Amino acid sequence: MSLGPEASVTDDKSAPDADAAEVRGPAEKAIAGRSLKQIAWRRLKRDKVAVGGAVVVLFLIVVAILAPLLTKLFGHPIDEYHIDQIDQTFGTPIKPFGGISSDFLLGVEPTSGRDVFSRILYGAQTSLTVAFLSAFVSTILGVVFGASAGYLGGWVDSVISRVMDFLLAFPQLLFSIALVSVLPYSFLGMDGRWSRIVVLVGVIGFFGWPYIGRIVRGQTLSLREREFVEAARSMGARSPRILFRELLPNLAAPILVYTTLIIPTNILTEAALSFLGVGIPPPNPSWGGMLSDAVGTYQINPTYMIIPGAMIFITVLAFNLFGDGLRDALDPKAR
Amino acid sequence: MLAYLIRRLINAVITLLVVTLVTFGIFFMVPKITGSDPALLYIGKTADAASIEGIRVKMGLNDPVLVQYGKFLQGLVAGRDYANGPDVTHCPAPCLGYSFKTEQEVTPLLLSDLPVTLSLAIGAAVLWLIMGVSTGVISALRRGSIVDRAVMTGALAGVSLPVYFTGLLSSAIFVYWLGWLPPSNYVPFLESPAEWFVQMLLPWITLAFLFAATYARLTRANMLETLGEDYIRTARAKGLGERTVIGKHALRSGLTPIVTIFGLDLGALLGGAVLTENVFNLRGLGYQALQAIRGNDLPVILGVTLIAAFFIVIANLIVDLVYGVIDPRVRLG
Repeated sequence: MSLGPEASVTDDKSAPDADAAEVRGPAEKAIAGRSLKQIAWRRLKRDKVAVGGAVVVLFLIVVAILAPLLTKLFGHPIDEYHIDQIDQTFGTPIKPFGGISSDFLLGVEPTSGRDVFSRILYGAQTSLTVAFLSAFVSTILGVVFGASAGYLGGWVDSVISRVMDFLLAFPQLLFSIALVSVLPYSFLGMDGRWSRIVVLVGVIGFFGWPYIGRIVRGQTLSLREREFVEAARSMGARSPRILFRELLPNLAAPILVYTTLIIPTNILTEAALSFLGVGIPPPNPSWGGMLSDAVGTYQINPTYMIIPGAMIFITVLAFNLFGDGLRDALDPKAR
Repeated sequence: MLAYLIRRLINAVITLLVVTLVTFGIFFMVPKITGSDPALLYIGKTADAASIEGIRVKMGLNDPVLVQYGKFLQGLVAGRDYANGPDVTHCPAPCLGYSFKTEQEVTPLLLSDLPVTLSLAIGAAVLWLIMGVSTGVISALRRGSIVDRAVMTGALAGVSLPVYFTGLLSSAIFVYWLGWLPPSNYVPFLESPAEWFVQMLLPWITLAFLFAATYARLTRANMLETLGEDYIRTARAKGLGERTVIGKHALRSGLTPIVTIFGLDLGALLGGAVLTENVFNLRGLGYQALQAIRGNDLPVILGVTLIAAFFIVIANLIVDLVYGVIDPRVRLG
């Protein structure tokens, strides 16, 4: 019965009178009606911070997709060793600040001399893939179970609600670690990186669905009693139609908001698991794995620790800013 | 109230039973499906067939899973005997079995890790409650001011920073660069309270920062919601001073949701702050958990997970009871 860290937060950043301010001067032509979508879009566009977050998010997605190309243009292959960049006595980069130079844009890895820039790009790929796909898994499960619980009620509701409470009251990180570590490293012909991505998506996605499920259930419960549902039913609509054509469109806003807000959490979890050594296996690059590699040398070479840490921070912050803005623009409570 | 109490208690016991069942199932079934034999994990791959069979018999690994689970539960409640031919080892309740790696009894092993985790969790909890709630309340009261914006920006940054990064960063700065604090090396409280305090300072602040950020955001939102309620307007309208309005009326209902979250967060942490403990090399439950997972030490993994679940369930129970006292409406639900 815990609330998700974001569940009850309603920042009142966008004051309700922001919309009233939209009323044009008398000289302008008659006010056109606007759909809720348009209102939300306008609010979102005016929220500079949220737009900034969205820009960073888009940039990161583009970078992740173009990682092979960017690596070819500005970096070195992710598993190419550059021992000449490393001081053999200490195992640290010869050049200051982690070996940053025009050739190695973000420096080199201690001991091996692998290019940090390329590994960060591929790390972004892994991180975002896991975060998006697991958010997708959580959303699908959350919507299916949440809507069924809210709409069907009765014993279905009590069973699903009980399961959600149970999952939320669970040592999740510990369990994810344990679960991820007992699952096999390669299956269905996939190599270490992709099989781990599948495992991580499954585990993170599975533990995330109750957060979405609770919100969807609550919304469905209140929507179910509304007149338009009654009208649809009186015209002979059956449950699937009511669920998919009447209720789901009205649930789109909260689903979108909480899916966006679960992505940064997923990024943090993936990085945490990789940091603890049960996520993406080396030599595949991941931000959490790089931070964990930095533990031995950060006292003398902090750059190698700061770069992946800063990447996690920037990415998570951007998603949070965008998600907060989206919620302020769409949250039914603000309407 | 008594009926409510009993209902919550039964709920807690059922949840714990389900947790043991799920945990047991995962840790003893999944390895079987994926083809690794717990007996081999225990004795090592080089052992001959006879000694592996001996271990199987001794640990009861040949029994059907439900029988194994039953024996495990029995061990938890009443203790259990491990028989290997003539030689019988008794494991007193609450028995969590023996470590595959060190052959130590799991229960005392985990109990010896508990003080470290307790030190970390309780110290951090005190800090983040003070930091988070006070900044959140101030932010709400001075909504829109520079203070509010600064606090909220800091809090948003705080929730976006992973603890394993802030931990490394803060020790890089305060230990290795400025040299204000010694490198991490846990000292028990009873040995030297002063050194214990100095050692725990950085872990406390790092962990508390993360939670304080969440709490500041939550407190602010709750306070703003409460301050918009009609009864606050009524209180002001009947001429009460601002101090009474805020102190007596707004804080009480503005902070009740915090009680829930606090109980659950603390409960979750008592089961082991896996990330913080590993960053700062604190040998608590979370550290032990990771070691066990890396070493495939199933009984220890099972034990830590159970203890963590136990703390969470107990915290849930306490929160429900406290809530029943603070907010009488809950009891009817």
